[in-house]
Amino acid sequence: MTEQDIMNPKKMPLQPEKATLEGKNKFLGFWFFLGGEAVLFASLFGTYLALNGSLNGGKSAEEMFGLPLVFIMTMLLLTSSLTSVYAMHHLRNNDFKRLQLWMSITVILGLGFLACEIYEFYHYITDYGFTFRSSAFGSAFYTLVGFHGGHVVFGLAWITALIVRNAKRGLNLYNAPKYYIASLYWHFIDVVWVFIFTVVYLMGVL
Amino acid sequence: MEERATFNEEFIKEKRRQDMRHQVLTFSMLIIFTLISFGMVMSDLNAMFVRMVIILFAVVQVGFQLYYFMHMNEKGHGMPSLLFYGGCFAGFLTVLGLVVLTWW
Repeated sequence: MTEQDIMNPKKMPLQPEKATLEGKNKFLGFWFFLGGEAVLFASLFGTYLALNGSLNGGKSAEEMFGLPLVFIMTMLLLTSSLTSVYAMHHLRNNDFKRLQLWMSITVILGLGFLACEIYEFYHYITDYGFTFRSSAFGSAFYTLVGFHGGHVVFGLAWITALIVRNAKRGLNLYNAPKYYIASLYWHFIDVVWVFIFTVVYLMGVL
Repeated sequence: MEERATFNEEFIKEKRRQDMRHQVLTFSMLIIFTLISFGMVMSDLNAMFVRMVIILFAVVQVGFQLYYFMHMNEKGHGMPSLLFYGGCFAGFLTVLGLVVLTWW
């Protein structure tokens, strides 16, 4: 495949994200990376489970966590996962405008999630004095949930960069894998959140 | 030849539309699982039972995400599955190790 075919394909292949060697490599490499991410988050989950009883005289999870906010955050992130599926649907249909539109909606929902999380941390710190340093439970909580929030920030910056950088370029075989990989990353963030809301919040208030 | 190409294109478009319908169905399943999980935690059911069920639901939800949203049900995901589940296995051992150490 020549440079010309990649940047200006005459006909879009069925799976534009895996049509080039670079695309295939990114696809495989990224799944390997996600395996590594799974280990990272598993370590943080294990640490949280081991330390969530060490309160150092502070408030416990049951006294602090409020389910309504967590529910809203879950819905925001879950919906953003679906919107990025829509984006990938339009990527394969070679509909660049709709791809950009759905990616933008994903970013907006992600920002909503992030705002909720910042409010949540702010609330814990100012109203309960629950900080990273107040107890082993605090350290484990903020490391786990904060790491996830950090992934959200990175994902938002990544997708925004893709939307802006490719706005005038259109879809081709060079940037199709980039969009696909970013959407995989976004889904993985939601996968981790499913475990966070189950293990940290739901089991925390149980 | 020309006719056949358009026919093929129509077929692919229709298949993609159908796939998208499955994705929306998956999404509604995820919402339902989430609602049940939150509902069970707020109910007066036995805590240990609720814990088991919501963890099971989390695993099922993640399965749906992986196989539908992340397209693992499509062909050519053999090697990615091996690499990803390899990571998951190491992660499982990590959690098991930490939990057994502290809860025993």
